[in-house]
Amino acid sequence: MDGEILRDPTRRFVLKTGAAAGGGLMLSFTMAAEGSAAAGATQVNAYVRIAPDGKVVIASKVPEVGQGIKTSLPMLIAEELDVDWSTVSVEQAIADTKIYGRQVAGGSMATTLEYDGLRRVGATVRALLIQAAAARWNVPADSLSTERGFVIHAASSRRAGYGELAQAAAKLTPPDPKTLTLKDPKAFRIIGRSQKSQNLDAITTGQPTYGIDTRLPGMLYATFAKAPTYGAAVAKVDLAPAKAVKGVRDAFVVEGGTNLQSIVSGVAVVADSWWAARKGRDALEIQWAQHPTAAQSTAAFEAKAAQLAKAPPHRTAYNDGDVDAALKSAARTVSAAYSYPFIAHANLEPQNCTAQVKDGKVEIWAPTQNPEAGRGLVAKALNVDPSAITIHLIRGGGGFGRRLMNDYMVEAAVIASKVDAPVKLVWTREDDIQHDFYRPAGWHNLTAGLDAGGALVAWKDHFITFGEGETFNTSAGMNSTQFPCRAVANYRHDISVMPLGFPTGYLRAPGNNAFGFVIQSFTDELALAAGKDPVAFRRELLGEPRLLGAAGERESFHTGRMRDVLDLAAEKSGWGRKLPEGSGLGVACHYSHMGYVAVVMQVTVKGGSLKVDKAWATVDCGRQIINPKGAEQQVQGSVLDAVGAALHQAITFENGAAQQSNFGDFPLLRMADAFDVEVHFKLSDNNPTGLGEPAYPPAPAALCNAIFAATGKRIRTLPIGDQLA
Amino acid sequence: MAFTLTINGQSRTADVEGDTPLLWVLRDTLGLVGAKFGCGAALCGACTVHLDGAPVRACITPVESVGKKKVTTIEGVGKTSVGARVQEAWKAVDVPQCGYCQAGQIMSATALLTQKPKPTDEDIDAAMNGNLCRCATYIRIRKAIKVASGQEQA
Repeated sequence: MDGEILRDPTRRFVLKTGAAAGGGLMLSFTMAAEGSAAAGATQVNAYVRIAPDGKVVIASKVPEVGQGIKTSLPMLIAEELDVDWSTVSVEQAIADTKIYGRQVAGGSMATTLEYDGLRRVGATVRALLIQAAAARWNVPADSLSTERGFVIHAASSRRAGYGELAQAAAKLTPPDPKTLTLKDPKAFRIIGRSQKSQNLDAITTGQPTYGIDTRLPGMLYATFAKAPTYGAAVAKVDLAPAKAVKGVRDAFVVEGGTNLQSIVSGVAVVADSWWAARKGRDALEIQWAQHPTAAQSTAAFEAKAAQLAKAPPHRTAYNDGDVDAALKSAARTVSAAYSYPFIAHANLEPQNCTAQVKDGKVEIWAPTQNPEAGRGLVAKALNVDPSAITIHLIRGGGGFGRRLMNDYMVEAAVIASKVDAPVKLVWTREDDIQHDFYRPAGWHNLTAGLDAGGALVAWKDHFITFGEGETFNTSAGMNSTQFPCRAVANYRHDISVMPLGFPTGYLRAPGNNAFGFVIQSFTDELALAAGKDPVAFRRELLGEPRLLGAAGERESFHTGRMRDVLDLAAEKSGWGRKLPEGSGLGVACHYSHMGYVAVVMQVTVKGGSLKVDKAWATVDCGRQIINPKGAEQQVQGSVLDAVGAALHQAITFENGAAQQSNFGDFPLLRMADAFDVEVHFKLSDNNPTGLGEPAYPPAPAALCNAIFAATGKRIRTLPIGDQLA
Repeated sequence: MAFTLTINGQSRTADVEGDTPLLWVLRDTLGLVGAKFGCGAALCGACTVHLDGAPVRACITPVESVGKKKVTTIEGVGKTSVGARVQEAWKAVDVPQCGYCQAGQIMSATALLTQKPKPTDEDIDAAMNGNLCRCATYIRIRKAIKVASGQEQA
C-alpha cells in the first residue's frame, strides 16, 4: 500500500531528496510506512528508487482518478527493469513537467504516449545496474544478464541483488534510452498479467487516500458560494450572519474575473470545520448582479435549434461528392432528427482542493487531472511565478474529464492567500452539479440515401451546436470525418451554431459520447430501411479492410479493425438468435480515442419498464493489454456509465442556471439497474492505446437499437426517461 | 457541547454543535476520513457507517441523535469477522476503480451479510441500491459480496 498523500498530523512524514533526471531536485512527501518499506533507498532516476534489500519504489507520473494508470504505468517500468512485481511499491509523482513531461489524465492518451518511453525508463535503470555489476566484477557488461531483481554473471555463477548495486548505478551516466533493446513481449512476466489496483488496502480500510482526505496541521475549512447564474457577481451581501456562526473564522467577498476556468465572483466562508463553513454560508443572503446569461434557458436553446434546422446551415465543414444529387437519384431516402442534453460529470468526490500560501510560496494538494493548467491559472490569479507553486497530485474520486478544469484549485489558492493557515475548500454536491463544465447538448438533422440494393449512397448531417462564427464552445465541435465519412461517396457535414454563456467541457469520450449515439442509431434506421440485418448492413458499409484517412492520423479509421470487433461481438453475443417477445438485441460500433469498440446489448421491455439483461463489448486497442483485469474494468465501467447517462441524465437551464442539484434529480445508475458486461479484446498489430473512453460511445446506441428491436420504438432524443411509458 | 461517542470500540469525545452530522464529526473533528462526503442528502451512501450494526447515512445523522449507540466505521469494521471477510473479498476481486464509494459499499455489504449470510441477487439489489458508484463497479461489487458469502470464488 502507499499513502503518499497522507496528511494525518499524527503520522510521521519523511522528506525525501534525490537527484532527478534533468538535473532538477525532486522533493516529495511520503508516509512513514512507505519510506520504511524502502529504507535507505537510492534514487536511481526520477522514476525508480531501490532499497538495499532490493525493494523498489516506482513513481507514477500521471494523475490517478480511477482509470488504473497508477498500476499500469509502473508495470511498464517494472517489466523492463526486470523485478518481481511483489517487490514494487508505487508512489504518485509530484506535478513537474520538467522532470516528467506531460502529466495529464485525459484523452485516453497515457498508454499511447508512455508505452514505449516508460519501458525505456525501466530498461535504462536495468542497464545502469548491469554497468555497476560489470565494474564491480570487472567483466564485460554484455556477459551479464538479469533475473527478477538480480544481475547475474553466468560464467562465474555470481549474482548481485539490485539493492547492492543501486548506489553505484546511480552515479553512472545513463545510456541513451533509444539505444536499448526492449524485451520480447513473449518474455513479459508483468505486462499482460492482471495486477491488483494500487491503494487497494487504503481504499478498503478507509485510510486517507483522496484529495478530500487531506489534513494539514492548523488547517481551516472553506466553502465558496457562487451565483447560480454563471458568472454573475456579488452585488450585495451582509457577512455578519456567517461570521456569527460558531466556528466560523472569516467570511469575505472574492472578486472574480470573467474566465470561468479560473475564479469568478463569490463569497468565501472559512471555519474550524467544514460543517461550520457550510452553516456560515447557508446563513448568508447574497444578492447577485444582473448578468447576460440569465436570459439563457433550455427552452430557448431548443427553439433556436429548431429554427436553425429549418434554415440553411451557417457553413459546410466537409463535403465529398454531391449529396443533393445523390439523394435525388437514390431509391430511398431516410431523414431523422437526433438530440441529446447537457450532462454533468458528477464525480462522486465533490470538487475540493487544499492550499497553503506562505512566504511567497504556494503549496497545493489537488485531485486534478491536469495540474499544469492549474499551475498557470493559480500563478496568474495570485500574481506569483509558476515556479513558486508546488502541486501534489492526490488520487481523485473520479475524473471523467471534470478535473481537467482547475477552477476549484484556483478558488482554494485564492482563499488560502487571504488566510494565515492552510485551507481545504470542499464544494457541496449542489455546487458541483450546478457549476460544472457540462457535456454540451447538440442537435443533428440527418438525411441519407440508399440505392436499389440497399447500399448507402449519400449521408448528410446538419449539426447544430454552440459557438460563434467558426469557434465552438469547449467540446461542442465535431470532427467531420466520423464514419461513414470516406466510406460513402457523397457525404456532407453542415454546421450551425448559437451562442452559449456558460461553461462546457470534456466528459468521457468528449463529442464521441454523443456522436456515437447519433451515428450508430441512424445507421440502424438505414439498415431497417434497406431491409438488412443491422450487423450485415454495418459489415457492408465497412467493406474491405482499409484505412480511411492518412496513416498515423488520429482521425483515420481502419474498416478492417472495426469489422473484426463487430464480428467478434456478433459471435460472442449469439447475434441473430431468437428472443422472447419484449426482448431484443441491439448493436453499435464506434471508433474514438484510437480504440475500436463494438457493443451488443440485450434488453427486455415489459409494461414500459426497461431492463438491460446483458452487454457484450469487444475492443481493439492494439497488440497488448497491459493489465487485463484493469482493462476489463474500464470497458465495463464505460458501458454502464454510458447507459446510466442515456437512461436518466439531463441538465436543463432556466435563467442561466442549472435546474438540477443532487443525485435526486440527476440520477446515476444504481445496483439494481446494473448488468453484466462481457468483455473481449481483439489483439491487432497496432500500438497499444488507452481505454478510459472508447467503450463509452457505442453503448447508448446499442441500448437504443436494442430497445427498437424489442419494442419498435426508436429513441432519437436522450435521455430515454419516460419515453417507453 | 461535548459528545462522548463509542467509535470502533473506543470512547471518543467531540466538542461540536449538536446538529453537526456524524460524518463531519468523524472526518474533521476526529480525523477518521474513511466515511466519505458525496451528497449531504442520503442519496449516495458514500458516508455509510453502522449504528449498533445497522447501516446509516452519517451525512444526515446529527451527532446529538447518536446517543449510546455504538458507531462502527470503515476503519473499524475489519475487527468484525464479517467485515474482515468483506474487505478481503473486495481486495481479492479488486473491486475499486476510483474507489471513493467503496468504504460505503463495504459498510452496506457488511450489514447485509450480517443479516443474511447468503444473500440472493434480489437481496443484494435491495441492500446496495442506496450506494452509488460513479465508476459503475457494480459487477465486481456483486461478485465480491458473493465471494464474501462463500457463494462464488474470487
